[in-house]
Amino acid sequence: MYVAVKGGEKAIDNAHRLLASKRRGDTSLPAISTAQIAEQLALGVDRVMAEGSLYDRSLASLAIRQSRGDLIEAIFLVRAFRTTLPRFGASEPVDTGRMQIRRRVSATFKDLPGGQILGPTFDYTHRLLDFALEAAGDETAEPAIGTASDEATPRVVDLVGEEGLIEREPAPDPDAPVGDITRTPLEFPTERDQRLQVLARGDEGFLLGLAYSTQRGFGRTHPFVGEIRFGAVEVEFVPEELGFAVPMGTVELTECQMVNQFHGGQKAGGESVPPQFTRGYGLVFGQSERKAMSMALVDRSLRAAEFAEQQSAPAQDQEFVLSHCDNVQATGFVEHLKLPHYVDFQAELGLLRTLRQEYEAAPAPAEEAMREAAE
Amino acid sequence: MSETGYNFAYLDEGTKRMIRRAILKGIAIPGYQVPFASREMPMPYGWGTGGVQVTAAILGADDVLKVIDQGSDDTTNAVSIRKFFERTAGVETTTATTQATIIQTRHRIPETPLTEDQVLVFQVPIPEPLRFLEPRETETRRLHALADYGLMHVKLYEDIARHGHIATTYAYPVEVDGRYVMDPSPTPKFDNPKMDDCPALQLFGAGREKRIYAVPPYTKVTSLDFEDHPFAVQTFKQPCALCDAHDVYLDEIVLDDRGGRMFVCSDTDHCETRRGEGHRGAMLGTAPEAITAGGNSRV
Repeated sequence: MYVAVKGGEKAIDNAHRLLASKRRGDTSLPAISTAQIAEQLALGVDRVMAEGSLYDRSLASLAIRQSRGDLIEAIFLVRAFRTTLPRFGASEPVDTGRMQIRRRVSATFKDLPGGQILGPTFDYTHRLLDFALEAAGDETAEPAIGTASDEATPRVVDLVGEEGLIEREPAPDPDAPVGDITRTPLEFPTERDQRLQVLARGDEGFLLGLAYSTQRGFGRTHPFVGEIRFGAVEVEFVPEELGFAVPMGTVELTECQMVNQFHGGQKAGGESVPPQFTRGYGLVFGQSERKAMSMALVDRSLRAAEFAEQQSAPAQDQEFVLSHCDNVQATGFVEHLKLPHYVDFQAELGLLRTLRQEYEAAPAPAEEAMREAAE
Repeated sequence: MSETGYNFAYLDEGTKRMIRRAILKGIAIPGYQVPFASREMPMPYGWGTGGVQVTAAILGADDVLKVIDQGSDDTTNAVSIRKFFERTAGVETTTATTQATIIQTRHRIPETPLTEDQVLVFQVPIPEPLRFLEPRETETRRLHALADYGLMHVKLYEDIARHGHIATTYAYPVEVDGRYVMDPSPTPKFDNPKMDDCPALQLFGAGREKRIYAVPPYTKVTSLDFEDHPFAVQTFKQPCALCDAHDVYLDEIVLDDRGGRMFVCSDTDHCETRRGEGHRGAMLGTAPEAITAGGNSRV
């Protein structure tokens, strides 16, 4: 019983002990190590880092272990830890053009400078359960090895951009302050930097569903995958006392540049633009093309107002998308319905009893209609 | 007592300062929802993160904290939040309303009148009283700015047209200091009159929605109504079955599957205090032990 009875504290303690034991599972089996999770459940770890907004593989692995594999719970653990960390400042913008490419594909050009690199992908695998994994010791063949180029790999949108066929994104003012949705409450309407921050930590499933809805006609954006790339980039930071950038390490990122048709016309500011491709952008920690692509589609949809497009679909609605895509917020509020509500329920019970008494006492609807007609 | 590795009451001082600024602004503009940079807390959104942040920001080492949920000190979430502050701040906690300097609450205002030396911190799920009439924040902020509360009056009027009376029983909207319409959090409307001219400072924290608002001491708080349909609180046919209290909010307890019911105080501290003073309800002694023990005997 979880209501106001004596011993609530003890019951909670016992529940938590039981949880710890269930987390460990059958003790005749070896415990899974955090390093194993980091290595062998790497994409789950990536998701926890991305939506937890904290790039730390070992903490994310620990969170997955502690949460028994419940990724949203793990994301929550990471977020709650992240919020306690001191903030030194913002890094220099990372240059994905100088990414150490592990995978890079374009759906718009057959070949392009830097080439198409398939890398580690589930694409083109046959989704047949591999019973051999279970039987044998999970030995795998050595991967083929090539030589990485030191050359920068230009982004496709920049290649086409030179013809003016794709909207230009003006170079940002390096001195402009960087928005931070974790330090400033979101106010609508939002700027694109804030939106991208919200989407980057937004729930993969929610964004996937929204992105899918745009493909099925709810706010269509005519998208093409200009490019998806995954790899490691160096992060640099300028400490105030030094005054120049020092490398802090590398992070793995998936970037998606979606290009979308635009027939040209007046933008919201009154500026007239010729027909051109417009952009949607997705960037996430780790390898998650599903998330990066969904983010890019939703980003473009949320620019509907900017391009003076008709806004009728959920994916085009800033307040709808941005207020509901955070799974830590969503899961908390949905699951809070488990908490006792009996004070309010009592109030509603009382009201319902009154309404029913009044209903019983009132004449039947047919009689009333007759009476009204007669009057 | 304080768990190593975290600041007093969990939040860092910079965050507390930011929250205090929001609180001060809220006090300066009674009933106005102040946006604040709500932090992720180690408990879920919707489980009192706003209230916890407000409490953490105002809590001092000498404070005595009481936490209630549904009027009771021993409901799961009240226990959890009280433990959180015991661990992170090491402050003294109590279940006695009269001994607390800060009371964090979900869904109730204590029956015992509050004093000038106390602060009542409400946990708020949806701070916007107009939200279910207008889902857009851009629009509701405009309505507040213009003090345009026609939507709310129409809603209450429609209740009367349909049912003959206003059919809102909790989170019943109030007007604060003659200006802002405010959500009192999902307390039963029974508690609304306690907010009016209250000697204690009342603070409201909504973590997920990132809003703080306040009712300063001795502020006029009026429940919205019409001249011919004045506001009225819930009444109960019988007194508390344990302490015989009249004019308190009661919980209905299902005793069996044959329609057996008993009604007992929702405010467990109030009930225990009265029983300690010798008040005896009709079922005291015959009610199940778990209920008689109320919520206040902590292990």
